[in-house]
Amino acid sequence: MLIRFVTLFFLIISAAAPSLAQSDPKPFIDQLADANFKQAEEIIGQIAATGDARVVPALEAFAEGDLYARKADDVVFITKTSGSKLALVDPLTGESAGEAAKGAMTKIKVNNNLRRAIRDALGALTLMSPDRNARLQAANTMLAAPSEDNLELIETALAKETDGEVRARMEEARAVSLLTSGRSIEEKREAIERIRNYGGRDAIGVLRGAYGSVDASLQPDIDKAIGAIESEIALWDMAQNVWYGLSLGSVLLLAAIGLAITFGVMGIINMAHGEMVMLGAYSTFVVQDLIRSSAPQLFDWSLAIALPVAFLVTAAVGLAIERGVIRFLYGRPLETLLATWGISLILQQAIRSIFGPTNQEVGNPSWMSGSFALGGMNVTWNRMWIIIFSLSIFFALLVLMKKSSFGLQMRAVTQNRRMASSMGIRTPWVDAFTFALGSGIAGIAGVALSQIDNVSPNLGQSYIIDSFMVVVFGGVGNLWGTLVGAMSLGVLNKFLEPWAGAVLGKILVLVLIILFIQKRPRGLFALKGRAVEA
Amino acid sequence: MITRFVLRALEGKIVVAIGVLLAIAVLVPALNLLVPAGSAFHVPTYAVSLFGKYLCYALLALALDLVWGYCGILSLGHGAFFALGGYAMGMYLMRQIGSRGVYGDPLLPDFMVFLNWKELPWFWYGFDMFPFAMLMVLVVPGLLAFLFGWFAFRSRVNGVYLSIITQAMTYALMLAFFRNDMGFGGNNGLTDYKDILGFSVQAAGTRNVLFALSAIMLALCLLIASAIARSKFGKVLVGVRDAESRVRFLGFRVENIKLFTFVVSAMMAGIAGALFVPQVGIINPGEFAPANSIEVVVWTAVGGRGTLIGPIIGAIVVNAGKSFFTGAFPEFWLYALGGLFIAVTLFLPKGIVGTIQHGWNARKALKAAAEREKGEDTDMMPQAAE
Repeated sequence: MLIRFVTLFFLIISAAAPSLAQSDPKPFIDQLADANFKQAEEIIGQIAATGDARVVPALEAFAEGDLYARKADDVVFITKTSGSKLALVDPLTGESAGEAAKGAMTKIKVNNNLRRAIRDALGALTLMSPDRNARLQAANTMLAAPSEDNLELIETALAKETDGEVRARMEEARAVSLLTSGRSIEEKREAIERIRNYGGRDAIGVLRGAYGSVDASLQPDIDKAIGAIESEIALWDMAQNVWYGLSLGSVLLLAAIGLAITFGVMGIINMAHGEMVMLGAYSTFVVQDLIRSSAPQLFDWSLAIALPVAFLVTAAVGLAIERGVIRFLYGRPLETLLATWGISLILQQAIRSIFGPTNQEVGNPSWMSGSFALGGMNVTWNRMWIIIFSLSIFFALLVLMKKSSFGLQMRAVTQNRRMASSMGIRTPWVDAFTFALGSGIAGIAGVALSQIDNVSPNLGQSYIIDSFMVVVFGGVGNLWGTLVGAMSLGVLNKFLEPWAGAVLGKILVLVLIILFIQKRPRGLFALKGRAVEA
Repeated sequence: MITRFVLRALEGKIVVAIGVLLAIAVLVPALNLLVPAGSAFHVPTYAVSLFGKYLCYALLALALDLVWGYCGILSLGHGAFFALGGYAMGMYLMRQIGSRGVYGDPLLPDFMVFLNWKELPWFWYGFDMFPFAMLMVLVVPGLLAFLFGWFAFRSRVNGVYLSIITQAMTYALMLAFFRNDMGFGGNNGLTDYKDILGFSVQAAGTRNVLFALSAIMLALCLLIASAIARSKFGKVLVGVRDAESRVRFLGFRVENIKLFTFVVSAMMAGIAGALFVPQVGIINPGEFAPANSIEVVVWTAVGGRGTLIGPIIGAIVVNAGKSFFTGAFPEFWLYALGGLFIAVTLFLPKGIVGTIQHGWNARKALKAAAEREKGEDTDMMPQAAE
């Protein structure tokens, strides 16, 4: 106990007047060479009092029993066994200092009492460190391993702390340690309150651990706190599930939105839709490949460059398909289905012949990697961007359909082809460009999906059935239906997953959709009126 | 009555087709077993199984033609019925392995021992009995088709919507059968069969019998399909295909008509699957893949839908082409298949048989017209004026 006060004493001095205590720790370390246990404790306190972070490895080595003194001159080194000899490392700089025979060195002995002193000193050193992150780290470590011994240390550090976040973390660490200490019931009650605010599964663990040892009058408080934390966790889990669902939903929306135009608006069963997505993803790959080899500094812009490229490539392919095949098959939906399936096989095999059957490496730009925490949720940037991206595509498309003259012509042709034609609208070209637009949007979706999925010739196959489900579920010919359909299927999927498993959840969703179609054969938001039967 | 029903089925082409199939059923095994291996007429055993496989595909295509060609239901999930029939047969064959499996468990198939299961799941009971297994080959696909069709046809889901949900059905089944805890061998499916009814599945004799059975079954199903198509019921069926609402307004229960046809077709597909499995020696969830079911559609389209014989020819031609291409130019096969899809829909909407038939009828009509012109020159005048 005494030594702790000595340590604290020095700590306080060092914290209060860093310039005074800022002395070289090297002589203190060398003093360890011929100190007995009692002296060593004092020396540890002095070493800690220097407040010099460089001593941390030496203290750690001391606790491990890796600190040796050279017999000839009593200089202390951190050692590592290398063969029959010991490799020497300078305790402060970490530089190698050659080797020495085992016989030439004496081990500096350590006992449990010393180890405790070392641990306190280490905790104090880092808690008092001038580096903010080191302090935060230390507070987190103490939070994870609550111990009565840390309490005074934390309180001392807390008195000096000015950084808000570190302070909050230290308060929490203090509360956690206080719970198992001999402090008064009032203080403990306050601590429980603080832990409750901290929340999380660790807090529940701490509270459960302390349950048996605290005064009986506190137990209801702990029960209440645990209950509150648990319901909070459940709420955040729910929020996380909704988030995952929205994220999956936005992927579905991306994949389905082009189809909502070709199938939903034009009534073409385009089985090659998935391949358009794949072509978009491969365009991204090619763009990134070119950037890597010729202008690597542009890499963060690669997706922005890939978007128009993918749109143009897939729109051109779509235009060719419409002019070459589909226009001969209007009014024969089942035949269209077969022909476009054939096209999808050819496109897949063509990509396989050119790029090979293996997955291609598509990189994430720096602004898409990493994640951040939002309350109890973990949000990754790429998911975040994909949600934003899919919604912006959706609304851009909506504006195009509702506000532009091309959109007007498109809707006119869908509703009454002959009337539109007699008004002077060139219906074949409207058909061709509508199909190209749907294909181009699928290509853009491919750019986004290349960030979260494997880019392989089979990429499109995995989305085609889901896309059709979304469009059919949402209601054919209705963009809002597609949005609602995609999001609700995404969320439903993620809520079924925890108790049914990923695959079974997917099967259940498929079965639900099949049943749903029986009930509402024209989807969630069905078009009404005469145009429906046409 | 049944005789009349059957006799009506025996139109010229169907008789020829059935005759050819029965001849093949005798001839191919004879050429395999009786002709010495060195002779030019000898059919090797592997080829017998390969042809047997084609005949199973032909039966599947015939089943699809019944619903698509006559009833207008484009099912993109017929592979599911085929695979279910196959699994029923596979389960019987697995139970026949008995204690000869790798783990030597007298009751549990190897994959269950591997997964550390202690007892046989309830749905595996009875599959050690051949008649029960054969009943299941018909009942399981039939039941699924009944349930599915009951809901779908009553709520008047039709056209492409029906196609898409049949595709979703087979996709869902594929995902389900890929799961290990479904109890159907997961990813690996059912394989390593030893014998069927006491005969080794590897033996040349068994393979020839299976081949002959495939040909006979195909002939029998062709007879049934033809009988259905040429009966009064068949006429209504074509009516449903061409003008569903009109048939409904005439007082027919369209959903029941569709349901009956769908169930019969699913059972035929199940039989095809059951004959397929012992000949290829494996059934796995890949058979449920939506792509397989769509391929069946192209066989039918190539041969000519609504002709019954067309799908048989289509299935055999396309699959022979596939065997050839995947052996000679593996890269080229998907291009060829994709091109076939496009070419058939664009240039041969009636398929091979349909186009020939059409040409034949047109020629006959021309001839008749020419003869009429020769004989009854005077009568032609008022007709022309009309």
